[in-house]
Amino acid sequence: MKTRILENFTVVFAWLAGLVLLSGVSLLLGYLFFKGHASLNLSLIFGDTPPLQALLLKQRVFEGLFPAVAGTFVLVVLSIAWAIPFGIATGIYLAEYAGPRVKRVLDALFDVLSGMPSIVIGLFGFSFAVFLHKHYSDRIGPCLLISSIALSFLVLPYIIRTTQAALEGIPLNIRLTALALGATRLQNIFLVLIPRSVSGIMSGIILAIGRCAEDTAVIMLTGAVASAGLPRSLFSQYEALPFFIYYISSQYADSEELMQGYGASIVLLFLCALLFVTAYGIRKGLSHFVFYRP
Amino acid sequence: MKKIGELVAERTFLLSALASSSITVAILAFMVFMGLPLMKQAGFYQLLVKPWAPYQGSFGIYPMIVGTGCISFLSLVVAFPLSLGCSFLIATIAPKPVSKGLRRLIELMTGIPTVIYGFVGIFLLVPYIRELFRSGSGLCVLTAALVLGIMITPTMTLFFCDSFDRIPRSYLTAAEALGASRTQKLLYVILPCAKKGMLNGVILALGRAVGDTLVALMLAGNSVRVPGSVLEPARTLTAHIALVIAADYESPEFRSIFACGVVLYLFTMMVTFLVRYLSFAEGRRD
Repeated sequence: MKTRILENFTVVFAWLAGLVLLSGVSLLLGYLFFKGHASLNLSLIFGDTPPLQALLLKQRVFEGLFPAVAGTFVLVVLSIAWAIPFGIATGIYLAEYAGPRVKRVLDALFDVLSGMPSIVIGLFGFSFAVFLHKHYSDRIGPCLLISSIALSFLVLPYIIRTTQAALEGIPLNIRLTALALGATRLQNIFLVLIPRSVSGIMSGIILAIGRCAEDTAVIMLTGAVASAGLPRSLFSQYEALPFFIYYISSQYADSEELMQGYGASIVLLFLCALLFVTAYGIRKGLSHFVFYRP
Repeated sequence: MKKIGELVAERTFLLSALASSSITVAILAFMVFMGLPLMKQAGFYQLLVKPWAPYQGSFGIYPMIVGTGCISFLSLVVAFPLSLGCSFLIATIAPKPVSKGLRRLIELMTGIPTVIYGFVGIFLLVPYIRELFRSGSGLCVLTAALVLGIMITPTMTLFFCDSFDRIPRSYLTAAEALGASRTQKLLYVILPCAKKGMLNGVILALGRAVGDTLVALMLAGNSVRVPGSVLEPARTLTAHIALVIAADYESPEFRSIFACGVVLYLFTMMVTFLVRYLSFAEGRRD
């Protein structure tokens, strides 16, 4: 009967663990919404400024999250713009051109990069900015440009991996048909293989966007500040949502600011959940090896 | 004969692959280059074992290494049983719709931003821990480890489920044919087969715990001392980097963060190669 006890114990243990995890997460989210739902309205984002005026950049927003949201938006667009061409080209190379030996070396390098703590990448970006500042121009310091480049390093492995996996998953008969009809290798890639793996590549890009929007460690070393207004140029400092949340948690002055922190958390959470669900909808069954983020 | 276009395209792909992969090398090179003055002066090994005492000119990162070790290890202690149970639920124990839903939910959980874990941790868990143990501010190793544990559980669970999924279907059918119940199948077939894959999951989750900055920075209290108990504050390597960066560029304090960077980098590399080796060994066995 000893084995019977073990089996029963396993069942109880499993349900208990599931319950603990679920209650932990619902506590986390429930607390956030319970405390922060009151702050969810338009003035959370725009303060006292009329939304249209703020969106058209006619009036500055002082009390709202608008600069932080705009900063995050610009940051994400820039980093993704850097990462996409390199990521996709590298993915194509790995899947279609690389020989087994080269592939093993490159695979190992990208595995290391994808496991890299984001603070290390942030530190790299920061010291790179300092390096440029000393040797080239006094105008360059930690700024939007440096942040977006560092973030693009962070998400590059995601795009490479999803592109590579999508291409490698194409069955052999489709792979060979166009070639047998006389298409060149490049034609085969761009006219047959890439169109078939667009959904995979897209989901990788969306995950990368989510990662960019979410990451705090990189941007806090490379130029995000608590109050900068809207980002004015590539070489200016900027505000960002995750940094704002971090800043509020340690520096809030009154309950109003704290409420703003709750509001910002909910906004960020919704944004990330939305991106995640989109990526998931685009391609079901994506391995979470892609989701793995240190 | 290849057309010019083909050749150019191939070279472009190759170049971008080389450029992207050189980032990995460049990060290490930069880190070592920037940290070199301090490492030369004190010796890399000495840095790792000496205490942090800026006024005596000692910039050892030993307390941070211990802090990182304690917090990550404790978070594994929290996360391992949870992940084990959840992956059991998903694999066999729960009825199909529940297990599917749970898996979706856990996948979604990997997308929750870390800064939100930290934020809620500060306002929800910290006061509670402070009241419960009546010592210190509530910002301590235990708080950080609990939140970090919850944070890495989804990743670990998914890796466990993955290694369960890789078990050949025929093993499971054989067990079913012999009349094994779902729990028996799990305990005597799936679990022994999936051991290596699960080890992989634990190692990767450990890598994530060590590399996380925000939770430890916000919840662990950040005092530069070797923590005497789980209720004392500690500082991790990652948090140290984030905290010191504001200081003067040339000071030895500032240089010490590159030593932290190198340690974190080497640790990441170790984790990656260990996981690669294990999955390679697993692949060869099949």
